[in-house]
Amino acid sequence: MTGLPGATEKRLGLVIDLDTCVGCQACVTACKGWNDGGIGLSDQDPYGADPSGTFLNRVHSYQVAIPDAPAQVVTFPRSCLHCDNAPCVTVCPTGASYKRAEDGIVLVNEDACIGCGLCAWACPYGAREMDAAQGVMKKCTLCVDRIYNETLPEEDREPACVRTCPTNARHFGDLADPDSKVSQLVAQRGGYDLMPDMGTKPTNKYLPPRKKGPGEASPLAPLLDIKATGIAGWLDRMLGKI
Amino acid sequence: MHPAPSVILFSTLSGLGFGFLAFLGWGALLPSGGAAFSLWGLGYGLAVAGLFASTFHLGNPKNALKAFTQWRSSWLSREAWASVATLLILAPVALSDIFDLELPRIVGQIGGTLAILTVLTTAMIYTQIKAVPRWHHWLTPVMFLTFALAGGAMLSGCALAPVLLLAVGAVLVAVWQVGDQAFAKAGQTLGTATGLDRLGTPSVLDPAHTAGNYLKREMIFVVGRKHAAKLRKIALALSALLPALVLLLPLGVYSIALAAVLHLAGALAARWLFFAEAEHVVALYYGARG
Repeated sequence: MTGLPGATEKRLGLVIDLDTCVGCQACVTACKGWNDGGIGLSDQDPYGADPSGTFLNRVHSYQVAIPDAPAQVVTFPRSCLHCDNAPCVTVCPTGASYKRAEDGIVLVNEDACIGCGLCAWACPYGAREMDAAQGVMKKCTLCVDRIYNETLPEEDREPACVRTCPTNARHFGDLADPDSKVSQLVAQRGGYDLMPDMGTKPTNKYLPPRKKGPGEASPLAPLLDIKATGIAGWLDRMLGKI
Repeated sequence: MHPAPSVILFSTLSGLGFGFLAFLGWGALLPSGGAAFSLWGLGYGLAVAGLFASTFHLGNPKNALKAFTQWRSSWLSREAWASVATLLILAPVALSDIFDLELPRIVGQIGGTLAILTVLTTAMIYTQIKAVPRWHHWLTPVMFLTFALAGGAMLSGCALAPVLLLAVGAVLVAVWQVGDQAFAKAGQTLGTATGLDRLGTPSVLDPAHTAGNYLKREMIFVVGRKHAAKLRKIALALSALLPALVLLLPLGVYSIALAAVLHLAGALAARWLFFAEAEHVVALYYGARG
């Protein structure tokens, strides 16, 4: 059914720390690597002049002009937010797009997808990309084939993007549980929703970059103000007078 | 949004077709024999050609039948049901007109009303999308319905046709006026899209990817917008003003044919603009406004 399940028991999702993300694109690569198995995420002309491909995670980089402080560069990973009120689910005519009642993960049943693209239109976040080779919609699965996979070592039972992040900027957990590590992070750091006015009620939260103070003076600054002495000093004074 | 020819043809042709089928069903003109066959054939032809064109927009059309399952939540699924129901219910009415079988007109009236509801479901597919502020307005279904009613009235030689065509013009002007403000009114910026507005004013430093992708091709369409102002004038003149005038010429069926050709060309231009001018909020992430 493309109806939404209402309140889900768990709300599994990601918390992304924009303060520690360095934009290394490791999560993009790990995501593509893990999800490329099986049916896969196709690329078109990957080594040619006009490469293009299907990705479930993209990392943007922005510069932020801040009044009375130095500008900051913020790298910004963007993927499915597994919304409570997911518009991509209700628009689907075939029932291929659905939200799981047990853990809130939004998935696509590719066997039922007609590739109409309406779910991608309905998503404000650009979380869905149509696979140009397969003609069906692709999206983040929250690595549903890792997180419950008991054949994997326990530390690997989290999404590939989280597992690979070298700066621990990505956190995975249950956002319905106020005591979970991710919920604590959101509470402590003021985690927020993207475009809340769109009414999608995202599960994933972003932690804001910490405000940096005014730029510190360079340790080399004293060397810039050189006072010449002796003959050089006399020359300096004389030439200054001419 | 990418103005895909399949979707433009679909919504324009099937809109006109279902509009005409509505007038035929309601009994706006009561043809019989060969004339009935041609007129009903035209209505069915337009509606079915439009529906057929829409399948070219599908990446995986072999699952098309599954689109009938989610009518409880999906406007696209409701459209599938409404269009098939309309075509089925009006079939005996068409046969009755052709062979003078005297089927009670109430069947035609039900089918005709369903035809208009079909156009409404088409419009709601776009109207429901909050991420495209230009579409997310009650004027969108008003525009689709006015086009269908005016087109149907025009093809059936109804006396109201010139008035309805002028209404199309008025609705188009209103849609453009309101639509031009819609994105700003929705209040989404790169700041709200990233949440970085709580820090300062963000702008794009580097693109997330240097090559194109599905999102940029499908939802961040910018080509050809510079001709939008000219195309608006063309769409307004061809879809509304000129056919309204042509219908007043004393040329009988020829004035209807000429008006229909002009109207269809104008409707295609208006529908192209409907997509090409629609900005999706995802474009904000790429530093564009759609």
